[in-house]
Amino acid sequence: MSDRTIDRVAAATPALVAHKIKGLSDRAIAWIFVAPTIFLLLAINIFPLIWTIRLSFTNYKANRINREPEWIGLRNYERILTDSDIWLNMQATAHFLIWTIFFQVLIGFALAWFINKKFRGNDLWTTIIVLPMMLSPAVVGNFWKFLYQPQIGLFNYIIAFFSGKEPSSFEMLGQVNLAPWSIVIVDTWMWTPFVMLICLAGLRSIPDYIYEAAEVDRASKLRQFFTITVPMVLPFLMLAVLFRGIENFKMFDLVVQLTGGGPGSTTELTSINLKREAFEKWRTGYASAYAIILFVTVFGLASIYVKALNKVKER
Amino acid sequence: MSSFSVTEPSNRTKWFAGTLVILYALITMIPLVWIALTGFKSPADAISYPPKYIIGGESEAGFEPTLEGYVNLFTTRTRQTQEFLHANPPENWADEIVRQYDMVIVGPSKFGQRFLNSVIIGFGSTFLSVFLGTLAAYAFSRFKIPLADDLLFFILSTRMMPPIAVAIPIFLMYRQLGLSDTHLGMILLYTGVNISLAVWLLKSFIDGIPTEYEEAALIDGYTRFQAFYKVVLPQAATGIASTAIFCLIFAWNEYAFAVLLTTANAQTAPPFIPTIIGVGGLDWPAIAAGVTIFLLPVMIFTILLRKHLLRGITFGAVRK
Repeated sequence: MSDRTIDRVAAATPALVAHKIKGLSDRAIAWIFVAPTIFLLLAINIFPLIWTIRLSFTNYKANRINREPEWIGLRNYERILTDSDIWLNMQATAHFLIWTIFFQVLIGFALAWFINKKFRGNDLWTTIIVLPMMLSPAVVGNFWKFLYQPQIGLFNYIIAFFSGKEPSSFEMLGQVNLAPWSIVIVDTWMWTPFVMLICLAGLRSIPDYIYEAAEVDRASKLRQFFTITVPMVLPFLMLAVLFRGIENFKMFDLVVQLTGGGPGSTTELTSINLKREAFEKWRTGYASAYAIILFVTVFGLASIYVKALNKVKER
Repeated sequence: MSSFSVTEPSNRTKWFAGTLVILYALITMIPLVWIALTGFKSPADAISYPPKYIIGGESEAGFEPTLEGYVNLFTTRTRQTQEFLHANPPENWADEIVRQYDMVIVGPSKFGQRFLNSVIIGFGSTFLSVFLGTLAAYAFSRFKIPLADDLLFFILSTRMMPPIAVAIPIFLMYRQLGLSDTHLGMILLYTGVNISLAVWLLKSFIDGIPTEYEEAALIDGYTRFQAFYKVVLPQAATGIASTAIFCLIFAWNEYAFAVLLTTANAQTAPPFIPTIIGVGGLDWPAIAAGVTIFLLPVMIFTILLRKHLLRGITFGAVRK
């Protein structure tokens, strides 16, 4: 065997080159490194999406395995888009989305602004403020349910203490007019730190010399705020709003633990409704169409928003 | 500082800003402190009005701390007759606590196992995401790969799918493959969800490592693979660590997939904690104890690793 040309060449090759040949080519390494990730993305993200699209045209029910699903075309989509109950869920979602973003931006920006004044110990307090957003949303929803209990809950007690009302006179989770606000409060408690961190990154990205130049030009502090701070933080702030918007559009765990969609369906956000259709009523085909509609909605809104964001960035 | 700077806030501003921020931080901590306290109350104290907030029994607002909640969290108990209780004296301190309700401990609860599931699935998926993510990130960073530019788009679009929407086909797929309610199934699922973000974060860390080091190593006779794990990996350690924290926190906190795809064998703690039932309704001290034990690791993690973590949040978001 040893007279084969290839072996003789190998023996004659200097060690360094031999080493290189033995190692795989860059191209091969690139594919070996990327392949498992691509495979996982296909298996867990792409394939399910395609399957969902396919299911959305059928009347498949996942709890009846033996029944052959029928192809029913666009009927699922038609039914969803003409269902007035779904618009109520959309309204509940919109209420949740708009108010959480409003409060989080307002409080988050203010906090970032104050933290950026670099008082002593600001790192430590920033970390403490950030704690809620690191926690499990379902568990947070669960213990806030305890705080919201009408007679025994701490929240009612504190509100009653400051307002002079009876602590049992209102039920945050049981009243139609209060329940939508109860979820807004908890989400704001939890996610204001996120907006704050992004704003803080924005504020810290503004170089000092811009303010120094403005000071030389004798621009007032108020004017500096509106002509320097706000425009320069705006792209960051808009990014934070994008992330919160996407997250809250698909909000499920926090609210399902807190209110379960109730009372009635006042806090039944689209995700909770989707779960009912898919895993309680087992209308798999219908729920798939619903999922696709939600996905297209977020995708469309986010795309428009990103275009606007890019315009702001260019300015 | 002796030199005057226009951008340095005055002491009065600092004091004012500091007071407001500290006030907010204290208010934001109230719910967490309250839950931690509730874990050490007896069921009666936990639901008393007005609330009891002082540790120690003297005043009206005081309560006697007890480990009842923790005992109830970790054990299952049954009610027994007086004769039985007299015949069998309590075996240990935990049994003694339970005796005041005429009960005896008959065995461990499911909480320990659920918590262990959280640990296995959390660490398993974190390891897999970071391992695969680092390889892919290196390839995306150093070689020309056609998909690289779409990666960012991909991350954003997968984040737009509501988890329930993803859960429908996964549920069907897992049922077919026999992966429902298994640790492996949940590890693969969480890895699939985490990996796009992991690749993205790691790629930006590896992009920051100059290629000259590897080139020098290659000239010294290292293979590409050796150059990767002897030169690049040690330098990317910080990035790998902070990516790992993100993956771990996600898997640890996840609820929607866990509640839909697991029932007994591989169920994690978040779907389990809310179902802890005591005598006559929810056992709030036991739930509070479970919440405390479950949230404490994340809080400690956050405080210890705050620099990497806070940087990672803004970095991951802003770079997009």
